[in-house]
Amino acid sequence: MADENPTAITRAEVEHVAGLARLGLSADEVDRLTHELAGILIHARDMGELDLSGVEPTSHPLPLVNVVRPDEISPSLDRDEVLAAAPAVQDNQFRVPRILEAP
Amino acid sequence: MNAIEIAASVRAGEVSAREVVEGYLATIDAGNGELNALLLVGEQAARAAADEVDAAVAAGNDPGPLAGVPVVLKDNLCQRGVVTTCGSRILEGWRPPYTATVVDAVTRAGGIPLGKANLDEFAMGSSTENSAFGPTRNPHDSTRVPGGSSGGSAACVAAKFAPLALGSDTGGSIRQPAALCGVVGVKPTYGRVSRYGLVAFASSLDQIGPFGASVTDAALLLDVISGHDRRDSTSIPETLTPVSPTLENGVAKLRVGVIDELTNGGGVALEVRAAVLAAAAALEAAGATIESVSLPSTQFGLSAYYMIAPAEASSNLARYDGVRYGLRVEGENLAAMNERTRDAGFGPEVKRRIMLGTYALSAGYYDAYYGRAQRVRTLITRDFNRVYEGCDVLLSPTSPTTAFKLGDRTADPMTMYQSDVCTIPTNLAGHPAMSVPWGTGADSMPVGVQILAPALAEATMFRVARVVEDAAP
Repeated sequence: MADENPTAITRAEVEHVAGLARLGLSADEVDRLTHELAGILIHARDMGELDLSGVEPTSHPLPLVNVVRPDEISPSLDRDEVLAAAPAVQDNQFRVPRILEAP
Repeated sequence: MNAIEIAASVRAGEVSAREVVEGYLATIDAGNGELNALLLVGEQAARAAADEVDAAVAAGNDPGPLAGVPVVLKDNLCQRGVVTTCGSRILEGWRPPYTATVVDAVTRAGGIPLGKANLDEFAMGSSTENSAFGPTRNPHDSTRVPGGSSGGSAACVAAKFAPLALGSDTGGSIRQPAALCGVVGVKPTYGRVSRYGLVAFASSLDQIGPFGASVTDAALLLDVISGHDRRDSTSIPETLTPVSPTLENGVAKLRVGVIDELTNGGGVALEVRAAVLAAAAALEAAGATIESVSLPSTQFGLSAYYMIAPAEASSNLARYDGVRYGLRVEGENLAAMNERTRDAGFGPEVKRRIMLGTYALSAGYYDAYYGRAQRVRTLITRDFNRVYEGCDVLLSPTSPTTAFKLGDRTADPMTMYQSDVCTIPTNLAGHPAMSVPWGTGADSMPVGVQILAPALAEATMFRVARVVEDAAP
């Protein structure tokens, strides 16, 4: 567990997380974030002094249950208006760069 | 004129909505160049909306409780067809295909959406210095920040660019700028106001709320925007008690607790602490009982918040991928396009929070950071619930200090994050709280006192706010 082994976040970890977050960071940004995230994570370790055994996590302030509504047809967003905001469109669809390489 | 007076005069036909709008547009025209509080001023739409209100009055119809009252919108609230930036390059030029429920409510009540206010990018910040479109300056001293992230909204009300404004509050983003700009700002109970059409930052914490120059004006706007909305599944379905009818009921026999940890904490300026204690004394003089209360877990609020909010943000902001809207920077394949777009489109604070949140949620660290923060959130809620068994409302500072100078807290993220230490616990619990001005500090800058209440107890909170407002120096 990270809090039992309080080593600072490494540059390699920052690069790994940037990949997960789909952020193409520059080398300078990786350097700066390695330093800044370490400072924030050290501060967060103060929570380690609390005894949290038996404390349930709260993910939301309201006691949410499934919210349902009658199955009625209602207007959707206007397709042309939605597509007009997209960077690239083709045949009424969002156009994206190639995902699969040609065989 | 305040918002209440404008609406009464317009409804009575004594003043036209058009005259009101022209007056505010002239003030904006003269002052926004220096303050940069508004990113967009919708002159034509505002004039058209005002003419509709005037036509309704002329026809003998009542336009509603906000008749002819201009309302500024934080630029993370969607209005169909109106450019919405969230203070980010990644959304620049985006025109939403739908309108936020709160904006519809304002319009239906006769209010006039006047423009889009500057903010920290995606509402992440405490000074409005994180906007991609330049910082907003404090109307009381243009070398100082207005607070944030709803700094543009707060500055607009303080500078009389509009009598009312809407903001959003995830960790203090309405209350802290209200305090720093000397206006009233309200963070309602989570679920009281629909979030439909608010661009999401941290969905379990975000809440829309009003700014006004007075408690009564803020109450007017809160009552207009409150209520269930089937388009927001987290909106509270129960009938809500409005706050305006009981504003003048006083505080006799109310039990007021002063939060020890937040009022006497190390970072709180002496003059801010003195303001809270003076407000408490005024409430006692008006018939309330005062006691000091302890919420020990609030000391860990900042740490919990800066795991939970970035974690939710990292998920919410995954949608900015260059596919459906906003910026795209081309790449040789989809992943490269996503990465280049996001690197070019997001500013440093947004990247920092996405990275922090992704890290806190990633394999191996989830339990140590995010899971632990969620348990601390439970402790904070328990602390509030325990204290509210003996108190009707609580008091604390809103911001530990008055408005700081531009650039003073930008070097180190933790220094900026400390600005929200008094406001964050409320968001974690989902409770309401508001900031009411209480005089000025030695630097002549406004001081705000925070009034906190249990879930859905806004009516009581506003009664206390009215007494504090009347007693304030």
